[in-house]
Amino acid sequence: MPLDNTLTNERRFNVVGTRPNRPDGIDKVTGRARYGADMTMPGMLWGLILRSPHAHARIRGIDASKALALPGVKAVVTSEDFEMRDDDLRDTLINVMARDKALYDGHAVAAVAATSRAVAKQALKLIAVDYEVLPAVVDENAAMAPDAPLLYDDLFTEGVDPTPTKPSNVAAVMEFGHGDIEAGFAKADVIVERTFKTGATHQGYIEPHACVASYGADGDGEMWVCTQGHFMIRDNCARLLGMDLSRLRVTASEIGGGFGGKTTVFIEPVALALAKKTGRPVKIVMSRDEVFRATGPTSSSTNRIKIGATKNGRIVAAEAELRYQGGPFAGSPVQWGAMTAFACYDLENVKTLGYDVVCNRPKQAAYRAPGAPMIAFGVESVIDDVAREIGMDPVDFRILNQAKEGAKSSYGPTYGPIGLGACLSALKESDHYQSPVPEGCGRGVAVGFWFNFGGQTCVGLSVNEDGTVTVQLGTQDIGGSRASMCQMTAEALGIPYEDVRAVNVDTSALGFTDITEGSRTTFSSGMALIRAAEEATKKMCARAAKVWGIPEEAVEWVDGHARPAGDNAGTFEPMSFKEIAAIAHKTGGPIAGHTEINAQNAGEGFAAHICDLKVDSETGFTEVVRYTVVQDAGKAVHPSYVEGQMQGAAAQGIGWALNEEYIYADDGRLLNPGFLDYRIPVCSDLPMLETVIVEVPNPGHPYGVRGVGETSIVPPLGAIGNAIRNATEMRMTETPMSPPRLVAAFHAARDESVA
Amino acid sequence: MVKVTLNGSLRSKVDGQAEIEVDAENVRDLFRQLGARYPKLKPVLDDGVVVAIDNRIYREAVFEPIPPGSDVHLLPKLAGG
Repeated sequence: MPLDNTLTNERRFNVVGTRPNRPDGIDKVTGRARYGADMTMPGMLWGLILRSPHAHARIRGIDASKALALPGVKAVVTSEDFEMRDDDLRDTLINVMARDKALYDGHAVAAVAATSRAVAKQALKLIAVDYEVLPAVVDENAAMAPDAPLLYDDLFTEGVDPTPTKPSNVAAVMEFGHGDIEAGFAKADVIVERTFKTGATHQGYIEPHACVASYGADGDGEMWVCTQGHFMIRDNCARLLGMDLSRLRVTASEIGGGFGGKTTVFIEPVALALAKKTGRPVKIVMSRDEVFRATGPTSSSTNRIKIGATKNGRIVAAEAELRYQGGPFAGSPVQWGAMTAFACYDLENVKTLGYDVVCNRPKQAAYRAPGAPMIAFGVESVIDDVAREIGMDPVDFRILNQAKEGAKSSYGPTYGPIGLGACLSALKESDHYQSPVPEGCGRGVAVGFWFNFGGQTCVGLSVNEDGTVTVQLGTQDIGGSRASMCQMTAEALGIPYEDVRAVNVDTSALGFTDITEGSRTTFSSGMALIRAAEEATKKMCARAAKVWGIPEEAVEWVDGHARPAGDNAGTFEPMSFKEIAAIAHKTGGPIAGHTEINAQNAGEGFAAHICDLKVDSETGFTEVVRYTVVQDAGKAVHPSYVEGQMQGAAAQGIGWALNEEYIYADDGRLLNPGFLDYRIPVCSDLPMLETVIVEVPNPGHPYGVRGVGETSIVPPLGAIGNAIRNATEMRMTETPMSPPRLVAAFHAARDESVA
Repeated sequence: MVKVTLNGSLRSKVDGQAEIEVDAENVRDLFRQLGARYPKLKPVLDDGVVVAIDNRIYREAVFEPIPPGSDVHLLPKLAGG
């Protein structure tokens, strides 16, 4: 789509920007909505997966004979049931089912299908796996040490020229930046350098992974899956099982949260392989323990940040070294961490160096703005410390150094219209910022950035005989997008919101559509629907022209009506959407629109957060007293959902900052695979998170929309760290900033003051 | 001519250079020339990289025109959560 640089906030909308009830709401509150585990098929078997109890072990053999002899057991699959491959699905395949080695605690090694879950569970105990336990490493720094246990003897660091001849656990090194970093630091009056560490966190979706797969005698398969992208499921499963894409139909269930964690396959190819082997449908539902041990947490990280500024508050150089471990495969989000680290600042001299490290932990999966929150924790902390050193207000310091239109971003390209400045201004004008810091509290601010993107997107739009509209979406709805889709369709057609219903259709109904990720769905499916609506209204104008006996060009679409355009077109009464729909069968047949696009120019996202909190110096308990999220939405299609995304992302960031962390034993076993020991924030833990929506239109979208799903998970770690510093005078450098860590910090500070 | 800046691990595929000048009219043309000049970069380009042309970011848009004098950046593939 060509850029529309004329977009302003002056444009008036009828439906976009309002807050109608969500179309899926009643189903969800009454329990009628069907999630992953709600599907059953006739003759269905239950599948369960046997997982490695070791973090690193050679698999010398698997004996499933006793399990197969158990009455009710229909099949066992291991890695031998999946042909090894050397393409983009290689690591995915090894993660789905371990081959020669188990690479982390919880790695799948075999699976069974049986007539009941109880029999399947019994069968798992009868599968004998002969392990040779190997030394494990779960920390990114330990993995980079010269004497670290190696995961592979053929992993040679990418991104270094020449490629090393000695294997290591560093999969890749990457560098971003511009200018002369040393010359920049030479000009600095103040330099602050610190190292920060962030724990691995899980996306924490409420619904565990679940699917049902069937495989017919004719070689056709069908799947029902809880996923963020059913076309991805079709692609991965069909390829791993050697099927044509046309032979597999995948339907996405409703989804109880994804946040990036459901953008890949885990149990789905296993269920399909068991279905193929048994000739019967197979259902697999993960337990929470399995979700924690074997599905995507994010990376843990260690990051060194160095920022220099002049006394008058201008940053002259910024540098970061990032170490992210992403589990046992290359591809941690360190490159996005390195790109986003200083994206909020206009810098002449900037350099980031990222290390992608492999460890004996679960394969990381995307999590809201993958890679960005970890590095933002360190950067936003040091930004505050520099402002403090030069005696400047932290918001003013950020405003003075903010990235703006025309600035060269720290990751390369020059920015177009962006909303960081508007966010900072809105933050400064907010009631929260204008209010005094509550008694006993500290206040912290931080900013954040995420790229957002578009991607391949298909939609259909059918005009029904009664003048209502059905919309078919290829993107999965993971956050209420059906409502915004109906709104944009209604807006483009000029009809009421209530006349449009949206359906997330299966993979047989539309062309390939990318996963719902990258804050892309409202942006790209919305763009596609606006085009489809234009196609439909063009057809409706043509039908009206036929009825009136005038040229098609002499009819225009205005406010939901076809009407003669211009003085020479005649004085016909405008025909409404419903009127044209009602006679469609007589005027040429059904009317529909459809669009297939690869959406570009998603428009960058920025946010600014402010937090007031208090810390109990005896227990280390932190209470968030007030929290405000300011974010640029471009154009908020359904402001309530935009606010929900802002609040949800902030809540997850607060959890990351204060409590959430994967805790490992020395031997690499995960110690807290459950919500009791891995504590996510619940409603009673947080105040109402206040929101301020900023709208700086994205010229890449017809209505100015930007993605909003991810950006606001980026600032909370820094905002909370800064608030804790202002409340306690202690700079915390490791997440979670949990009660034990805060108590230890208080003790250390007291010991230091006594000494 | 357009100036192409390579970022991240891409630099190691072009003998460590950060900037390269290429006479290309669109993204496909750019990829063809870079792939021919730097064989180590070709598989990365085939796998897909993000191209920033001035202030806009494109993913898998091989026919996107590159106006003369554009500021072009090659970036790693983007994803999200």
